[in-house]
Amino acid sequence: MIARYQAIESILAHVGSGDLVISTTGMISRELFTLKDRPGNFYMIGSMGLASAMGLGLALQAPNKRVFVLEGDGSAMMSLGTLPLIASEQPANLVHIILDNEAYESTGGQPSISSNFDLAQTANTTGYPWTRRVEDLEELEAALTEATNGGQLSLILVKAGIAPLEGIPRVSHTPEEIRDRFKGAVQAV
Amino acid sequence: MDAHDFWAALKGRGLNFFSGVPDSTFHDAYNVMVNDPDIRYVPAVREDVALGIASATFFTGGLGGVILQNSGVGNLVNPLTSFNLMYKIPALLIVGWRGYGGPPNDAPEHWIMGAKTPEFFNLLEVPYEILEPDNLDAVLDLLLETIKERSIPGALLVRSGVIS
Repeated sequence: MIARYQAIESILAHVGSGDLVISTTGMISRELFTLKDRPGNFYMIGSMGLASAMGLGLALQAPNKRVFVLEGDGSAMMSLGTLPLIASEQPANLVHIILDNEAYESTGGQPSISSNFDLAQTANTTGYPWTRRVEDLEELEAALTEATNGGQLSLILVKAGIAPLEGIPRVSHTPEEIRDRFKGAVQAV
Repeated sequence: MDAHDFWAALKGRGLNFFSGVPDSTFHDAYNVMVNDPDIRYVPAVREDVALGIASATFFTGGLGGVILQNSGVGNLVNPLTSFNLMYKIPALLIVGWRGYGGPPNDAPEHWIMGAKTPEFFNLLEVPYEILEPDNLDAVLDLLLETIKERSIPGALLVRSGVIS
Protein backbone atom coordinates (compact mmCIF):
# COMPACT_ATOMS: atom_id res chain seq x y z
CA MET A 1 0.00 0.00 0.00
CA ILE A 2 1.10 3.52 -0.79
CA ALA A 3 0.23 6.55 1.30
CA ARG A 4 -1.78 8.76 -0.99
CA TYR A 5 0.25 11.93 -0.48
CA GLN A 6 3.37 9.93 -1.39
CA ALA A 7 1.65 8.79 -4.57
CA ILE A 8 0.77 12.40 -5.39
CA GLU A 9 4.41 13.40 -4.74
CA SER A 10 5.59 10.73 -7.19
CA ILE A 11 3.02 11.82 -9.77
CA LEU A 12 4.09 15.46 -9.41
CA ALA A 13 7.66 14.48 -10.30
CA HIS A 14 6.31 13.40 -13.70
CA VAL A 15 4.18 16.49 -14.26
CA GLY A 16 5.99 18.82 -16.65
CA SER A 17 5.79 22.60 -16.26
CA GLY A 18 3.32 22.91 -19.14
CA ASP A 19 1.17 19.95 -18.11
CA LEU A 20 -2.35 20.32 -16.73
CA VAL A 21 -3.65 18.54 -13.64
CA ILE A 22 -7.32 18.25 -12.71
CA SER A 23 -7.87 16.97 -9.20
CA THR A 24 -11.09 15.76 -7.66
CA THR A 25 -12.95 17.18 -4.68
CA GLY A 26 -11.87 16.50 -1.11
CA MET A 27 -8.51 15.41 0.24
CA ILE A 28 -6.89 14.77 -3.15
CA SER A 29 -7.16 18.43 -4.14
CA ARG A 30 -6.06 19.52 -0.67
CA GLU A 31 -3.00 17.26 -0.79
CA LEU A 32 -2.10 18.37 -4.31
CA PHE A 33 -2.45 22.01 -3.25
CA THR A 34 -0.28 21.43 -0.19
CA LEU A 35 2.42 19.45 -1.99
CA LYS A 36 2.75 21.70 -5.02
CA ASP A 37 0.42 24.56 -5.79
CA ARG A 38 0.73 25.66 -9.44
CA PRO A 39 -1.42 27.52 -11.99
CA GLY A 40 -1.73 24.36 -14.09
CA ASN A 41 -3.61 22.64 -11.26
CA PHE A 42 -7.38 22.81 -11.43
CA TYR A 43 -8.71 21.96 -7.99
CA MET A 44 -12.24 20.76 -8.60
CA ILE A 45 -13.31 21.45 -5.06
CA GLY A 46 -16.95 20.48 -5.67
CA SER A 47 -18.78 18.34 -8.21
CA MET A 48 -17.61 14.88 -7.22
CA GLY A 49 -17.30 12.67 -10.29
CA LEU A 50 -16.83 15.50 -12.78
CA ALA A 51 -13.01 15.72 -12.91
CA SER A 52 -12.66 12.99 -15.54
CA ALA A 53 -15.31 14.61 -17.74
CA MET A 54 -13.57 17.96 -17.67
CA GLY A 55 -10.24 16.21 -18.23
CA LEU A 56 -11.66 14.54 -21.31
CA GLY A 57 -13.03 17.80 -22.68
CA LEU A 58 -9.71 19.51 -22.08
CA ALA A 59 -7.59 16.71 -23.54
CA LEU A 60 -9.67 16.78 -26.73
CA GLN A 61 -9.55 20.55 -27.09
CA ALA A 62 -5.96 21.13 -26.00
CA PRO A 63 -4.27 18.23 -27.82
CA ASN A 64 -0.83 19.80 -27.44
CA LYS A 65 -1.10 19.65 -23.64
CA ARG A 66 -0.68 16.62 -21.43
CA VAL A 67 -3.65 16.34 -19.07
CA PHE A 68 -3.53 14.42 -15.80
CA VAL A 69 -6.77 13.53 -14.02
CA LEU A 70 -6.32 12.68 -10.34
CA GLU A 71 -9.37 11.21 -8.72
CA GLY A 72 -10.39 8.74 -6.05
CA ASP A 73 -12.23 5.45 -6.24
CA GLY A 74 -15.44 7.10 -5.02
CA SER A 75 -15.25 9.75 -7.70
CA ALA A 76 -14.41 7.22 -10.44
CA MET A 77 -17.31 4.97 -9.42
CA MET A 78 -19.73 7.89 -9.21
CA SER A 79 -19.10 8.57 -12.88
CA LEU A 80 -18.19 5.08 -14.04
CA GLY A 81 -19.85 5.67 -17.39
CA THR A 82 -17.18 8.24 -18.15
CA LEU A 83 -14.63 5.40 -18.48
CA PRO A 84 -16.05 3.93 -21.72
CA LEU A 85 -16.63 7.48 -22.96
CA ILE A 86 -12.97 8.41 -22.47
CA ALA A 87 -11.97 5.07 -24.00
CA SER A 88 -14.20 5.77 -27.01
CA GLU A 89 -12.68 9.20 -27.56
CA GLN A 90 -9.22 7.90 -26.73
CA PRO A 91 -7.26 11.15 -26.26
CA ALA A 92 -3.57 10.21 -26.40
CA ASN A 93 -2.61 13.12 -24.14
CA LEU A 94 -4.69 12.01 -21.13
CA VAL A 95 -3.17 10.24 -18.12
CA HIS A 96 -6.00 9.09 -15.86
CA ILE A 97 -4.95 8.22 -12.33
CA ILE A 98 -7.28 6.70 -9.75
CA LEU A 99 -6.03 6.82 -6.16
CA ASP A 100 -7.96 3.91 -4.72
CA ASN A 101 -8.04 3.66 -0.93
CA GLU A 102 -11.29 1.70 -0.94
CA ALA A 103 -12.88 4.42 1.18
CA TYR A 104 -14.51 7.82 1.27
CA GLU A 105 -11.63 9.22 3.25
CA SER A 106 -12.57 12.88 2.87
CA THR A 107 -15.82 12.29 4.73
CA GLY A 108 -14.35 10.16 7.50
CA GLY A 109 -13.09 6.94 5.91
CA GLN A 110 -16.36 5.14 5.28
CA PRO A 111 -15.67 2.02 3.17
CA SER A 112 -16.38 2.13 -0.56
CA ILE A 113 -17.10 -0.93 -2.70
CA SER A 114 -13.93 -0.69 -4.79
CA SER A 115 -12.40 -3.50 -2.72
CA ASN A 116 -14.79 -5.83 -4.57
CA PHE A 117 -13.46 -5.23 -8.05
CA ASP A 118 -10.51 -3.86 -9.95
CA LEU A 119 -11.04 -0.44 -11.51
CA ALA A 120 -8.02 -0.90 -13.81
CA GLN A 121 -9.57 -4.06 -15.18
CA THR A 122 -12.85 -2.19 -15.63
CA ALA A 123 -11.08 0.56 -17.56
CA ASN A 124 -9.35 -2.07 -19.65
CA THR A 125 -12.67 -3.73 -20.44
CA THR A 126 -14.17 -0.41 -21.56
CA GLY A 127 -11.36 0.04 -24.07
CA TYR A 128 -8.49 1.89 -22.39
CA PRO A 129 -5.50 0.81 -24.47
CA TRP A 130 -3.06 0.86 -21.52
CA THR A 131 -3.86 0.28 -17.84
CA ARG A 132 -1.76 -0.61 -14.80
CA ARG A 133 -2.59 -1.51 -11.23
CA VAL A 134 0.22 -0.54 -8.86
CA GLU A 135 0.65 -1.39 -5.20
CA ASP A 136 3.99 0.15 -4.23
CA LEU A 137 5.99 3.25 -5.08
CA GLU A 138 8.39 1.39 -7.36
CA GLU A 139 5.55 0.06 -9.49
CA LEU A 140 3.99 3.52 -9.55
CA GLU A 141 7.24 5.08 -10.69
CA ALA A 142 7.58 2.55 -13.52
CA ALA A 143 3.95 3.00 -14.54
CA LEU A 144 4.26 6.80 -14.61
CA THR A 145 7.36 6.61 -16.78
CA GLU A 146 5.56 4.33 -19.21
CA ALA A 147 2.31 6.28 -19.19
CA THR A 148 3.96 9.62 -19.86
CA ASN A 149 6.13 8.21 -22.66
CA GLY A 150 3.63 5.88 -24.24
CA GLY A 151 1.86 8.41 -26.45
CA GLN A 152 -1.52 6.86 -25.78
CA LEU A 153 -4.43 7.12 -23.37
CA SER A 154 -3.42 5.54 -20.09
CA LEU A 155 -4.90 4.74 -16.70
CA ILE A 156 -3.05 3.94 -13.50
CA LEU A 157 -4.90 2.47 -10.54
CA VAL A 158 -2.92 3.25 -7.41
CA LYS A 159 -3.90 1.07 -4.46
CA ALA A 160 -3.44 3.56 -1.63
CA GLY A 161 -3.70 3.29 2.12
CA ILE A 162 -5.74 5.52 4.36
CA ALA A 163 -3.24 8.01 5.70
CA PRO A 164 -4.88 11.28 6.61
CA LEU A 165 -2.56 14.24 6.97
CA GLU A 166 -3.26 16.09 10.20
CA GLY A 167 -4.21 19.73 9.78
CA ILE A 168 -3.99 19.74 6.00
CA PRO A 169 -5.23 23.10 4.72
CA ARG A 170 -8.07 23.69 2.30
CA VAL A 171 -7.28 25.25 -1.06
CA SER A 172 -6.90 28.92 -0.16
CA HIS A 173 -7.46 30.41 -3.65
CA THR A 174 -10.94 31.58 -4.55
CA PRO A 175 -12.74 29.56 -7.24
CA GLU A 176 -12.29 32.42 -9.68
CA GLU A 177 -8.56 32.61 -8.98
CA ILE A 178 -8.26 28.87 -9.62
CA ARG A 179 -10.19 29.34 -12.85
CA ASP A 180 -8.25 32.32 -14.17
CA ARG A 181 -4.76 31.03 -13.56
CA PHE A 182 -5.72 27.62 -14.96
CA LYS A 183 -7.08 29.28 -18.07
CA GLY A 184 -3.76 31.05 -18.42
CA ALA A 185 -1.93 27.73 -18.09
CA VAL A 186 -4.16 26.06 -20.71
CA GLN A 187 -3.50 28.85 -23.18
CA ALA A 188 0.23 29.21 -22.46
CA VAL A 189 2.25 28.02 -25.44
CA MET B 1 -36.82 26.56 -38.55
CA ASP B 2 -34.42 24.56 -40.63
CA ALA B 3 -31.80 22.61 -38.66
CA HIS B 4 -29.06 23.90 -40.96
CA ASP B 5 -29.97 27.47 -40.02
CA PHE B 6 -29.91 26.55 -36.34
CA TRP B 7 -26.35 25.23 -36.50
CA ALA B 8 -25.21 28.00 -38.83
CA ALA B 9 -26.40 30.56 -36.27
CA LEU B 10 -24.44 28.81 -33.51
CA LYS B 11 -21.30 28.36 -35.58
CA GLY B 12 -21.54 31.97 -36.71
CA ARG B 13 -21.34 32.93 -33.04
CA GLY B 14 -18.24 30.83 -32.44
CA LEU B 15 -19.80 27.64 -31.04
CA ASN B 16 -18.44 24.46 -32.58
CA PHE B 17 -17.83 22.10 -29.65
CA PHE B 18 -20.80 20.26 -28.18
CA SER B 19 -21.46 17.34 -25.90
CA GLY B 20 -24.76 15.92 -24.84
CA VAL B 21 -27.40 13.25 -24.51
CA PRO B 22 -29.85 13.15 -27.44
CA ASP B 23 -33.50 14.16 -27.32
CA SER B 24 -36.13 13.59 -29.98
CA THR B 25 -36.74 17.36 -30.01
CA PHE B 26 -33.40 17.57 -31.83
CA HIS B 27 -33.79 14.49 -33.98
CA ASP B 28 -33.36 16.36 -37.25
CA ALA B 29 -30.87 18.81 -35.80
CA TYR B 30 -28.78 15.93 -34.48
CA ASN B 31 -28.40 14.36 -37.90
CA VAL B 32 -27.33 17.65 -39.41
CA MET B 33 -24.85 18.25 -36.59
CA VAL B 34 -23.06 14.89 -36.71
CA ASN B 35 -22.60 15.28 -40.47
CA ASP B 36 -21.14 18.78 -40.11
CA PRO B 37 -17.33 18.61 -40.35
CA ASP B 38 -17.05 21.94 -38.54
CA ILE B 39 -18.75 20.68 -35.40
CA ARG B 40 -17.11 18.41 -32.83
CA TYR B 41 -19.68 16.44 -30.82
CA VAL B 42 -18.89 14.14 -27.90
CA PRO B 43 -21.76 11.74 -27.14
CA ALA B 44 -21.82 11.82 -23.34
CA VAL B 45 -23.29 9.19 -21.04
CA ARG B 46 -25.05 11.65 -18.74
CA GLU B 47 -25.96 15.31 -18.78
CA ASP B 48 -23.56 16.23 -15.98
CA VAL B 49 -20.72 14.53 -17.84
CA ALA B 50 -21.67 16.46 -20.97
CA LEU B 51 -21.51 19.73 -19.02
CA GLY B 52 -18.10 18.82 -17.61
CA ILE B 53 -16.78 18.08 -21.09
CA ALA B 54 -18.27 21.18 -22.72
CA SER B 55 -17.13 23.45 -19.89
CA ALA B 56 -13.53 22.71 -20.87
CA THR B 57 -14.07 24.81 -24.00
CA PHE B 58 -14.05 27.94 -21.85
CA PHE B 59 -10.42 27.30 -20.90
CA THR B 60 -9.32 27.17 -24.50
CA GLY B 61 -10.98 30.53 -25.14
CA GLY B 62 -14.33 29.43 -26.57
CA LEU B 63 -17.80 28.53 -25.40
CA GLY B 64 -19.03 24.93 -25.29
CA GLY B 65 -22.56 23.71 -25.83
CA VAL B 66 -24.55 20.97 -24.09
CA ILE B 67 -27.51 19.21 -25.67
CA LEU B 68 -30.01 17.52 -23.38
CA GLN B 69 -33.61 16.64 -22.71
CA ASN B 70 -35.20 18.50 -19.81
CA SER B 71 -35.52 15.22 -17.90
CA GLY B 72 -31.74 15.51 -17.48
CA VAL B 73 -31.81 18.99 -15.95
CA GLY B 74 -31.82 17.39 -12.49
CA ASN B 75 -28.48 15.79 -13.30
CA LEU B 76 -27.07 19.29 -13.77
CA VAL B 77 -27.90 20.57 -10.29
CA ASN B 78 -24.61 19.58 -8.66
CA PRO B 79 -22.27 20.58 -11.50
CA LEU B 80 -24.13 23.87 -11.90
CA THR B 81 -24.09 24.77 -8.22
CA SER B 82 -20.63 23.49 -7.25
CA PHE B 83 -18.81 23.96 -10.54
CA ASN B 84 -20.15 26.29 -13.25
CA LEU B 85 -21.91 28.84 -11.04
CA MET B 86 -19.20 28.67 -8.37
CA TYR B 87 -16.16 29.09 -10.63
CA LYS B 88 -18.18 31.14 -13.10
CA ILE B 89 -17.57 28.90 -16.08
CA PRO B 90 -20.00 29.58 -18.93
CA ALA B 91 -21.66 27.13 -21.34
CA LEU B 92 -24.73 27.11 -23.56
CA LEU B 93 -27.36 24.55 -22.55
CA ILE B 94 -29.66 23.55 -25.39
CA VAL B 95 -32.61 21.91 -23.68
CA GLY B 96 -35.37 19.92 -25.35
CA TRP B 97 -38.54 21.00 -23.54
CA ARG B 98 -40.53 17.79 -23.37
CA GLY B 99 -43.92 17.82 -21.67
CA TYR B 100 -44.50 21.47 -22.55
CA GLY B 101 -48.07 22.43 -21.74
CA GLY B 102 -48.63 19.36 -19.54
CA PRO B 103 -51.17 16.55 -20.16
CA PRO B 104 -52.26 15.35 -22.61
CA ASN B 105 -49.17 16.60 -24.47
CA ASP B 106 -46.22 14.22 -24.60
CA ALA B 107 -45.70 11.09 -22.46
CA PRO B 108 -46.53 10.95 -18.73
CA GLU B 109 -42.88 10.84 -17.69
CA HIS B 110 -42.46 14.36 -19.10
CA TRP B 111 -45.48 16.04 -17.55
CA ILE B 112 -44.06 17.08 -14.19
CA MET B 113 -40.67 18.20 -15.46
CA GLY B 114 -42.34 19.82 -18.45
CA ALA B 115 -44.27 22.08 -16.12
CA LYS B 116 -41.29 22.73 -13.82
CA THR B 117 -38.48 23.30 -16.31
CA PRO B 118 -38.43 27.13 -16.24
CA GLU B 119 -38.78 27.07 -12.44
CA PHE B 120 -35.66 24.91 -12.17
CA PHE B 121 -33.60 27.46 -14.05
CA ASN B 122 -35.15 30.31 -12.08
CA LEU B 123 -34.32 28.56 -8.81
CA LEU B 124 -30.69 28.11 -9.83
CA GLU B 125 -30.58 31.64 -11.26
CA VAL B 126 -29.52 30.29 -14.63
CA PRO B 127 -30.79 32.61 -17.38
CA TYR B 128 -32.88 31.04 -20.13
CA GLU B 129 -34.62 31.98 -23.35
CA ILE B 130 -37.37 30.16 -25.24
CA LEU B 131 -36.68 29.46 -28.90
CA GLU B 132 -39.53 30.18 -31.31
CA PRO B 133 -39.54 29.45 -35.04
CA ASP B 134 -38.87 33.10 -35.84
CA ASN B 135 -36.60 34.43 -33.08
CA LEU B 136 -33.35 32.45 -33.43
CA ASP B 137 -30.92 35.34 -33.95
CA ALA B 138 -32.56 37.58 -31.37
CA VAL B 139 -32.67 34.99 -28.54
CA LEU B 140 -29.17 33.70 -29.27
CA ASP B 141 -27.70 37.19 -29.17
CA LEU B 142 -29.54 37.99 -25.96
CA LEU B 143 -28.64 34.73 -24.24
CA LEU B 144 -24.99 34.70 -25.32
CA GLU B 145 -24.59 38.28 -24.19
CA THR B 146 -25.91 37.37 -20.74
CA ILE B 147 -23.75 34.22 -20.62
CA LYS B 148 -20.61 36.19 -21.47
CA GLU B 149 -21.41 39.14 -19.25
CA ARG B 150 -22.08 36.99 -16.17
CA SER B 151 -19.69 34.18 -17.18
CA ILE B 152 -22.21 31.49 -16.24
CA PRO B 153 -24.28 28.92 -18.18
CA GLY B 154 -27.50 29.90 -19.88
CA ALA B 155 -30.24 27.72 -21.34
CA LEU B 156 -32.06 27.75 -24.65
CA LEU B 157 -35.39 25.95 -24.24
CA VAL B 158 -36.57 24.27 -27.42
CA ARG B 159 -40.06 22.83 -27.80
CA SER B 160 -40.91 19.96 -30.07
CA GLY B 161 -41.36 21.00 -33.70
CA VAL B 162 -39.48 24.30 -33.49
CA ILE B 163 -36.42 22.87 -35.31
CA SER B 164 -37.00 20.59 -38.26
